[in-house]
Amino acid sequence: MTLTDEQVKHVALLARLGLSDEERHRLRDQLSSILDHIDQLQAADTSNVPPTAQVIPLAPVLRDDTVAPSLTVEQVLANAPRTEDGFIKVRAILD
Amino acid sequence: MTDALIYLSIDQARGLLDRREISSVELTEAHLQRIEAVDNEVKAFITRTPELAREQARLADDRIKAGEATTFTGIPVALKDVLCTHDTVTTAGSQILQDFIPPYDATVVSRLREQGAIFVGKANTDEFAMGSSTENSSFFTTHNPWDLSRVPGGSSGGSIAAVAAGEAIVGLGSETGGSVRQPAGFCGIVGLKTTYGRISRYGLIAFASSLDQIGPATRSVADCAHLLGAIAGVDPRDSTSAPMPVPDYRAALTGDIRGLRVGVPREYFEMGLQPGVEQATRAALDLLQSLGAELIEISLPSSGLALPVYYIIAPAEASANLARFDGVKYGLSVEQDSLLATYLESRRAGFGSEVKRRIMLGTYALSSGYYDAYYVKAQKVRTLIKDEFDQAFGLTPNATGQQAGVDVIVAPTSPTTAFKIGERSDDPLAMYLADVLTIPANLAGIPSVAIPCGFVDDLPVSLQIMGPAFAEDRILRVADAYERNTNWTQRHPALAGQG
Repeated sequence: MTLTDEQVKHVALLARLGLSDEERHRLRDQLSSILDHIDQLQAADTSNVPPTAQVIPLAPVLRDDTVAPSLTVEQVLANAPRTEDGFIKVRAILD
Repeated sequence: MTDALIYLSIDQARGLLDRREISSVELTEAHLQRIEAVDNEVKAFITRTPELAREQARLADDRIKAGEATTFTGIPVALKDVLCTHDTVTTAGSQILQDFIPPYDATVVSRLREQGAIFVGKANTDEFAMGSSTENSSFFTTHNPWDLSRVPGGSSGGSIAAVAAGEAIVGLGSETGGSVRQPAGFCGIVGLKTTYGRISRYGLIAFASSLDQIGPATRSVADCAHLLGAIAGVDPRDSTSAPMPVPDYRAALTGDIRGLRVGVPREYFEMGLQPGVEQATRAALDLLQSLGAELIEISLPSSGLALPVYYIIAPAEASANLARFDGVKYGLSVEQDSLLATYLESRRAGFGSEVKRRIMLGTYALSSGYYDAYYVKAQKVRTLIKDEFDQAFGLTPNATGQQAGVDVIVAPTSPTTAFKIGERSDDPLAMYLADVLTIPANLAGIPSVAIPCGFVDDLPVSLQIMGPAFAEDRILRVADAYERNTNWTQRHPALAGQG
């Protein structure tokens, strides 16, 4: 399995991950060799085997919909890089 | 006096505190001094919290005087820095969270606080718990107390090294693919990975949510039982925590394993074991037999596929979990002209190379056109691995009918002893192989405890005891029976600060 530079670029954008050219080249080679190792899975016979959904089956977990104390706005925003009037501030997403 | 207070068990410390032969302040100061003396070499802690510890110790003494002490009142604890603490920076070993003070405590942290435990510091970890050596920490590498030129294992290497070096009585780590058991093995202490759902994960910074479990790191099985009892149980804040009763794990340590059926999985002995590791494990099996257990060779044929399965599932889940680090809500932010550029730059600057590698791998495995070939295929092979454990434990019928159920499965924890710092850090696959024997239990969701079983060239060797889901009491009973008849957990590393 050999990844191309274009594939690495595409996946990095999907992951919202900025990469330097050097990082991109290194990842192309490293991911290719990891995927080679992973490809041995294809040899396993999994016909009629369901994919694992959960390892420890739990009944649906429900709770009463009651009002309870929660974090204050100040606590929630304490770590936010940019805030204004009790909101998180971001760059415009529409032109 | 100070040195005499290092390397106490919980039962010993509890006795001294409750009889008022020592105070919690004295016990805490002894551990803070120990940290001062050895941690410049071991480098177990990202953040030391001496002032918090002293304040907690004064309160613990008040509580002891009032006759209201519980098991952990006054006991020094090291917390892996992926566990949220509302009063202390919680970094997950990452630049992206280096100034992050969480608005709340993890449930395991609040349970220990309520008991009056003493928090001496936040311990080093591979970034977001992704690694097997602590070399992926954004801050520094922790050193193995038995040989400072070697890794302590990871990702919980900080908590584990702190406990092994006498800097805390117990520690908490977390596992996704062996991150408590593998370092516990490398540093010669006891490490437990519990059944998926046994311990609440509320406030544990998420890595791979179908695998993550918090786990105790201790110097004895009895301490492990105490710590598990303090933190196990259902939590309304974690809907994946299991509503199962929490037994008295300490009382389960009877020392009696007569008639126990011990499965020995042949595949685990065919995965490139260092000769001394195999010898120590075989000798431990012989000892279990001499204590009345029956050894039964079993086969878990898909074990060799656990590593590739893990390196699809864990990165896939990580790529989704780590999407929250976007430079907007909290954590490092590198503001740019557009929101997209802010995402790209904040994550470029904030994440280290292993985290980027796994985000890329996981995103690729989940991307359109590859999802079935990688992610779904891996989840199917995961089913095979889990089914083989169920059959081995006699929970489901075996197609051949040749295998009767075993009570526990015993195997080495890691193929090798601790490797040198730098030895594997340039080769991701070689690093991943350090977890080849621990990962199957994580994929199957079953509990496993690692316990020291000898030394090779003065480095600890470890075996693991796996059991069916929620059989923590059983695997701890076996580990305790083994520990009573050996003295490996009585040995401590020689460090410069040791008196």
